[in-house]
Amino acid sequence: MPRPMTITEKILAAHAGLDEVVPGQLIECDLDLVLANDVTAPIAIKEFAKIGVERVWDPAKIALVPDHYTPNKDIKSAEQAKMVREFAHAQQVTHYYEVGCMGVEHALLPEQGVVGAGDVIIGADSHTCTYGALGAFATGVGSTDAAVGMATGRAWFKVPESLKFNVTGQLKPGVGAKDIILHVIGMIGVDGALYQAMEFTGSTIESLAMAGRMTICNMAIEAGGKSGIIAVDDVTREYMRGRAERPWTEYSSDTDAVYARTYEIDAAEILPTVAFPHLPSNTRPVAEARDVKIDQVVIGSCTNGRYEDMAEAAAVIKGRKVHPDVRLIVIPATQQVYRDMMHSGLTDIFLDAGAAVSTPTCGPCLGGHMGILAAGERAVATTNRNFVGRMGDPTSEVYLTGPAVAAASAVLGRIGLPEDL
Amino acid sequence: MRFAGTAHKYGRDIDTDVIIPARYLNTSDPAELAKHCLEDLDAGFVSKVRAGDILVADENFGCGSSREHAPIAIKAAGVSVVIARSFARIFYRNAINTGLPILEAPEAVDGISDGDRVVVDADAGTIINETTGRSFTAQAFPPFVKDIIESGGLVESVRAKLGS
Repeated sequence: MPRPMTITEKILAAHAGLDEVVPGQLIECDLDLVLANDVTAPIAIKEFAKIGVERVWDPAKIALVPDHYTPNKDIKSAEQAKMVREFAHAQQVTHYYEVGCMGVEHALLPEQGVVGAGDVIIGADSHTCTYGALGAFATGVGSTDAAVGMATGRAWFKVPESLKFNVTGQLKPGVGAKDIILHVIGMIGVDGALYQAMEFTGSTIESLAMAGRMTICNMAIEAGGKSGIIAVDDVTREYMRGRAERPWTEYSSDTDAVYARTYEIDAAEILPTVAFPHLPSNTRPVAEARDVKIDQVVIGSCTNGRYEDMAEAAAVIKGRKVHPDVRLIVIPATQQVYRDMMHSGLTDIFLDAGAAVSTPTCGPCLGGHMGILAAGERAVATTNRNFVGRMGDPTSEVYLTGPAVAAASAVLGRIGLPEDL
Repeated sequence: MRFAGTAHKYGRDIDTDVIIPARYLNTSDPAELAKHCLEDLDAGFVSKVRAGDILVADENFGCGSSREHAPIAIKAAGVSVVIARSFARIFYRNAINTGLPILEAPEAVDGISDGDRVVVDADAGTIINETTGRSFTAQAFPPFVKDIIESGGLVESVRAKLGS
């Protein structure tokens, strides 16, 4: 009998061809998918050329998503996108998504069934940890790791210790997945899970739809985590059924698995939360932040750009107008979300309110394009980082919230709650 | 490997957005990236850093985005080695993979001030502050990681393995 293991240890052991692994052990794993985008792929492609292999290991297991500076922001980013496009075509990479099919990678790949339970995935993007919401081990790496992954289909890992976050009970009205993860990051800090896997369990997590679970796993990296993960249940199966390109494998933690630490969190204690500049851990209750005047609101990103997020924001903004001093920028994360918003009337709700609704892009989240901040400006964003200069000028400020608070703030012209309207 | 230079000391949670802001990520040219290294944290860094100088920082250096442009920019700016109390995970991997030497050495971080003259012997794992005369020990790399560094980076080590 192998030792009791966590879900993360089991997935890693299976992909390393081992019966068991222990935290700290260095292993080499077979990969199910290697991902890169228009910022990270160019370096990966250059490094790939140095390795000396002609072809990628498996053109069906590589995803190239030009989502950061696309539609091309300027000539330099057009050159980067072109390089990715030419590589994808030359290598016959099947999961290449041109503008028009492209979406924000971590919303797109789960939606398209490219990632599934039990996978080991590396992505040259730190928010690759999002796919843990489907019961996969997924972790962000740099371009060189991605290059070697593309060439060999393998990557080395140090088996991480696991932290368990057991969230139980009923969330207060108006509190959602973003508030849960901001609460956790505020509690443990931006390096509170350094080198560790963050496993989310409990009745509150089980009550969340896939969009919310992805929001939570997406921000594991903001606590320094190597990965975030939620075990498969009926909600996951329902989501993967009809989407998954490949058969999936379900793993779960043994009841006597060992955790570096277990955090018990009472859902009822979580409030609508905002992360103040300049760290995601700098959290406060929204109710204590009502005096912060704002210039811009961004609703979108790999954290909160899914249909459910758009619906949550639209429910708040319906029949209201964006404050005259605020620009509201709404960015559906994928073409499918964009289309669904159009058909269900959400797009009209945003347009009627005076919002700009954009084609999918990471754009402003990383200060790329489509909503850069001037000196001293403040934005509320449903994104994931509020570092110095993240969305524009180094003296600008980003406040992170969930979609409902972002929508309410756009109407109020300051940070506030839907109940303030 | 032996490095000697002036220490440039910064605080904790130095993220990759301040190491190299996203507005410069429309290129991967090392020389171009180096011009903007740490600009949002210390606009004077690029003009004062000299080849061989040493970056010293507190906990969680390199947190945030996985951009490999961050270690590339630091290296191209002339920095020979980064000493920190701890490193964020993806940055740690990226530094190793791109051949930027990094050392976890909490006591050295406490014992080095901005502007001190520092000598590092990475093989022996010793850090000497020549300004104060104090010396410190750095945590050694696991053998697996040392293999990658000794090969000259991950790509080189894979090349060697593939025999190409």
